[in-house]
Amino acid sequence: MAKITLDNLAHSYLPNPASEDDYALKELNHDWTDGEAYALLGASGCGKSTLLNIISGLLQPSQGRILFNDKDVTQAPTTERNIAQVFQFPVVYDTMTVHDNLAFPLRNRGDSADYIRQRVQQIATMIGMESELNRKARGLTADAKQKISLGRGMVREDVNALLFDEPLTVIDPHMKWELRTQLKSLHHEFGHTMIYVTHDQTEALTFADKVVVMYDGRVVQIGTPQQLFETPEHTFVGYFIGSPGMNVLPAEISGTTARIGDHTLELTTGYGPLTGKTEIGIRPEFVTLTSGPGLEIRIKRVEDVGRHKIVRAELQGRAFNIIAGEGEEISADMTRVRFETKAINVYQNDWRVTGDAA
Amino acid sequence: MDKTVNQKAWFLILPVLILVAFSAVVPLMTVVNYSIQDTFGNNQFFWVGLEWFEDILSSERMWNALGRQLSYSAIILMIEVPLGIYVALHMPKKKGFSASICLVLMSLPLLIPWNVVGTIWQIFGRVDIGLLGYTLEKLGISYNYTQNFYAAWFTLIIMDVWHWTSLVALLAYAGLQSIPDAYYQAAKIDQASRWNVFRYIELPKMQGVLMIAILLRFMDSFMIYTEPFVVTGGGPGNATTFLSIDLVKMALGQFDLGPAAAFSIMYFLVILLISWVFYTVMTTLDKRDGV
Repeated sequence: MAKITLDNLAHSYLPNPASEDDYALKELNHDWTDGEAYALLGASGCGKSTLLNIISGLLQPSQGRILFNDKDVTQAPTTERNIAQVFQFPVVYDTMTVHDNLAFPLRNRGDSADYIRQRVQQIATMIGMESELNRKARGLTADAKQKISLGRGMVREDVNALLFDEPLTVIDPHMKWELRTQLKSLHHEFGHTMIYVTHDQTEALTFADKVVVMYDGRVVQIGTPQQLFETPEHTFVGYFIGSPGMNVLPAEISGTTARIGDHTLELTTGYGPLTGKTEIGIRPEFVTLTSGPGLEIRIKRVEDVGRHKIVRAELQGRAFNIIAGEGEEISADMTRVRFETKAINVYQNDWRVTGDAA
Repeated sequence: MDKTVNQKAWFLILPVLILVAFSAVVPLMTVVNYSIQDTFGNNQFFWVGLEWFEDILSSERMWNALGRQLSYSAIILMIEVPLGIYVALHMPKKKGFSASICLVLMSLPLLIPWNVVGTIWQIFGRVDIGLLGYTLEKLGISYNYTQNFYAAWFTLIIMDVWHWTSLVALLAYAGLQSIPDAYYQAAKIDQASRWNVFRYIELPKMQGVLMIAILLRFMDSFMIYTEPFVVTGGGPGNATTFLSIDLVKMALGQFDLGPAAAFSIMYFLVILLISWVFYTVMTTLDKRDGV
C-alpha cells in the first residue's frame, strides 16, 4: 500500500518525439493518495493503459519520475515494485491447475505452504471457484479465466497498488456486477490503492471514490462523480459523462450574458473578455421544454427509456438533447427550451472558465 | 424418387491410382517378393518363407547397426533440441532487420544438399588440408575421422548439429512468436523467475512445434545415409555403419537380395511404428487439455 506520485511524467512511443502530438501521454503531475480507489476513465486510445503500464513498470516513461511513498522507482523493474495488475484479456498459466495459478505469485516469493493454502482458499471463495481448484486452467471459459486473473491479482495482501486494465470486458453482465462489488469490498477491507481503467462510465462511477478522466493523452479532470457531473472541467468530460452527455453550444460571452445566435442568456457570474473558441455547456437534465419564450429547437424524436424521456432535437443545426420527466406532456407547440441558469458552464477553448463573483 | 446411378466418376481417380501403384505399391511388393524367396540368378526363385526375416533378426550385424542408429539419433536429439530452444530464446523477438538476418543465416544450412554437407565436412575435417582437422592436429589433439572411432562419431554428430539445429530453432522460434506480450507482462507482475517464465509460459506454448521438431529430427536421423556415406563411408571398421548404410552394403555390395529385402521391410515397419507412437502421444497430449 503506497502513495503513488507521478512527477512530470510523459511518454511517447516514438524514439524522438518532436511536438506534443507525438506523446501518447502528455506531461502529468499527480498524487494517487494511499488507499483510495480511482477509476481512470476515457475513450479507447487516450493513454489510460499507457499510464497504467508506466506505474507497474512494464513501460519506461520517456520523461519524469514515479515515486512510491516518496521513493523513486522509475528505474525499478516490475518485479521489484510489488504491484498487482489485471489485464483486459485473461492470462492464465495453461498447464497449471486453478489452485496453482492462484498460488503462483505467492510461491514466487516463497511464502509458506500453509499460508498459501489458506490464502488461495480465501480468494477462490471470493471469485466463486472453490469447486474447480484442482482443474487444469486450460479449456476454461473466458470469464472463468478472467476470474482467475483477477484472483491472481488479489492474492498478495501487501501489494503497493492494484491496477485493473478494463478487467471486466469479457465477463458476463451479472458476474460483472458481482465482481465489481467484490472489488469494492476488498478495497474497504484492505485499503489498497486501486486504479481501475475503464471506458464505461457506470463502471467508473460505481467503483471509485475519485474518477480521473483522460482525453487525448491528458488528464482533464479528477473529481468525485458529483463534480464530474456538475462542473465538467473540459467539454470532453461533459460529453463523455452522462447519458446523454452535456450539450455544448457556441456562444459569445460578454459580462454576465451569453449570446447564442440572436438569443441572450443571463449567467450567474460575470466573465472577463474571453478569447478563442467560447462555448456554454448545459446538461440535458437542466433543460426544460417550453411553449413560452426561449431558444428555438426542432424536435427530431422522443425516446422513452422508462425512468425519463430523452428528447433528441436540433438547435441551430446541432444535435441537442433534453431530459424530460416521465410524466411530462410533450406537445407540438413546445418548440423552445429554457436553461437552468445555475447549471450553465462556460468554456474557453474547451476548458471551463470560472467567472468573477460579480 | 429414383436416383440415377452413375459410377463413371470413379474413372477420374484412375491416374492417381496408376501413379501410386507404380511409385509405391509395385516397388514395395517387389521388396516383399524378394524377402520371402531365394534366387541363384537366371531369374529363378525359390520359396523360403520367413527364413530371411529369422536370419536378419538373429544377425548380430543388424542389431549392432540398430544400436548404433539409436545411439546416434538419441545423441543428436539430446543436443539439437535443447540447443535449438536456447538459440530460439536468444533470437531477436521483434520483427526487424536483425531478426531477418538471423532467420536467413539460420536457414542457410537447411538449404544445402545433403551430399554437399557431407563433402564440406569431409574436407573440413581432413588432417592434411581441412581447417578443423589441421587445427586440431596442430593443437596436439589426435583427430582423424578415418581411423579413430571417437573422431568419426564426433565429426558426424557435429555435422548433424550444424546442419539441423536451425530447423529446431526455427520451429521453436515460431512457437515463441505466437505468445502474446500479455503473458510476459503478467509473469513480471506475478514476480516469476526467468526459469518459471520458461517452464510455465514458453515451454507449454512451444510444446506442439517441439513435438513436430523431435519427430522430424528423429525420422531423418534414423534414416540418415548420405552424410555418413560421404564422410566416413561407415568406417572406421563398422563404427559409423548405420542401418541404411548397412542395408545398402547388403543389397548392392553383397547383392544379398533376400536378406536385404527382409531388412528393408523391418526397417520400414520400425519407422512406421515409431511414427505411430509419436502421433498417438501428440494427439493424447492435445486431448488431455480439456479435462
